Amino acid sequence: MNHFLTTEGVSREDLTALLDDADTFVEVLERPIPKVPALRGKTVATMFFEPSTRTKLSFEKAAKALSADTMSFSPGTSSLSKGESLKDTVLTVEAMGTDAMVVRHKATGAPWRIAEWVDQPVLNAGDGAHQHPTQALLDALTIRQRFGTLDRLRIGIVGDIRHSRVARSDVFAFSTLGADVTMVAPRTLLPINDDGWPAAATENLDEVLSELDVVYLLRVQAERGGASVFPSLSEYTTRYGMTRERFSRLKPDTVVLHPGPMNRGVEIAAEVADDERSLILKQVANGVAVRMAVLFRLMGGEHDE
Amino acid sequence: MTRRVMDPDDVDRALTRIAHEIVERNRGTDDLVLVGIHTRGEPLAKRLAAAIERIEGTEVLAGGLDIGLYRDDIDTRPKTELGKTDVPEPVDGATVVLVDDVLYTGRTIRAALDALADLGRPARVQLAVLVDRGHRELPIRPDYIGKNLPTALDERVTVHVAELDGDDGVVIEPGGTT
Repeated sequence: MNHFLTTEGVSREDLTALLDDADTFVEVLERPIPKVPALRGKTVATMFFEPSTRTKLSFEKAAKALSADTMSFSPGTSSLSKGESLKDTVLTVEAMGTDAMVVRHKATGAPWRIAEWVDQPVLNAGDGAHQHPTQALLDALTIRQRFGTLDRLRIGIVGDIRHSRVARSDVFAFSTLGADVTMVAPRTLLPINDDGWPAAATENLDEVLSELDVVYLLRVQAERGGASVFPSLSEYTTRYGMTRERFSRLKPDTVVLHPGPMNRGVEIAAEVADDERSLILKQVANGVAVRMAVLFRLMGGEHDE
Repeated sequence: MTRRVMDPDDVDRALTRIAHEIVERNRGTDDLVLVGIHTRGEPLAKRLAAAIERIEGTEVLAGGLDIGLYRDDIDTRPKTELGKTDVPEPVDGATVVLVDDVLYTGRTIRAALDALADLGRPARVQLAVLVDRGHRELPIRPDYIGKNLPTALDERVTVHVAELDGDDGVVIEPGGTT
């Protein structure tokens, strides 16, 4: 593994090894001194060409907990606004002496292009509506901590799947790890062509609700056209929101996940978000551990060339 | 070419002697914590703790320490899976006996001392090894030694423990380090 760009096509062994390492980093983060010297002297560049708070902070915390230095980059203040090409920007940063690049970009595939240009590991922190693989890892870790395994779990991913990089990454990671995944959304928000998606699909949440072990609620993404494809937010809530009433119909040990940021009262009721079976803050904490696992895997030790 | 230098009885006798030495040196088991270095130091630490319990009749805590994140040769070693760290609390003020299977360059122990310092501040740290094969590269010496084993640099010393390998024993093979 020289880059970490997608969960599609990553083997069960590789995913499991990353989750096992992440378990170790969860323990490291609980120590009195939550920092190890593993990547001392290395520099991680976080290059977010699209705004982000939590993912950027999470990667920076992960790099620092491994004793790497971080360099960050924000598009508003960079030479991109002066017309510099993506390639020149990336090569300039590499020339300053970075050892890995964490990239978020609104264009699908941008991290792959960057991986061709630079001679160092590239980590995809989200490309358009395509992939967000470290999110899928932290989701898988959170579920595995609760149930011990993903094998044969029934996981429903509810919401705007068509425009969601989180959903795509999750579907492939969860199903590779043995889960039985169902995508739940109105037809307009399901993938246009779900061939090759290792998941079932339904438009009716209430039909599958009582069978699920994990309900993964996606954010209604107004900025990616999500709001324009159903009549109103309240209709979305009526058909797909995790209301208190729906929450009460779940199996007693079923858990609720959400990638954040939440729209309370839209896809998730406030009371559900604050329930102990909602693992949303656990997901955030696990994000640092899985990103440490990926950085360590790509930057520590000899690479398989 | 493989030479067997300790059989299961030798290993057992060496651990029993070290257990007695630990008790003698520390005048009992107050604040004593045994910490085995992942992988094979860990079962050895558990066995030493059990042996000391038999001698003294008091409970002795034992745990494991993975030093993979503290190595000074992370860039040049092949990737290995990280192990679990499970050091009994509290480390502060304790007498920690680090336990490893083979003492060689001393670099693993250097990493273990750094790892331990991040977990707390022991009152003192001692080192017990089943085999000391020489060739130190750092100023580190063991407090308790199962067997001194002069070796050549081109030999490989392998310790087997029943918990992981099905059988106890120490063998010397030609070729390679570690």
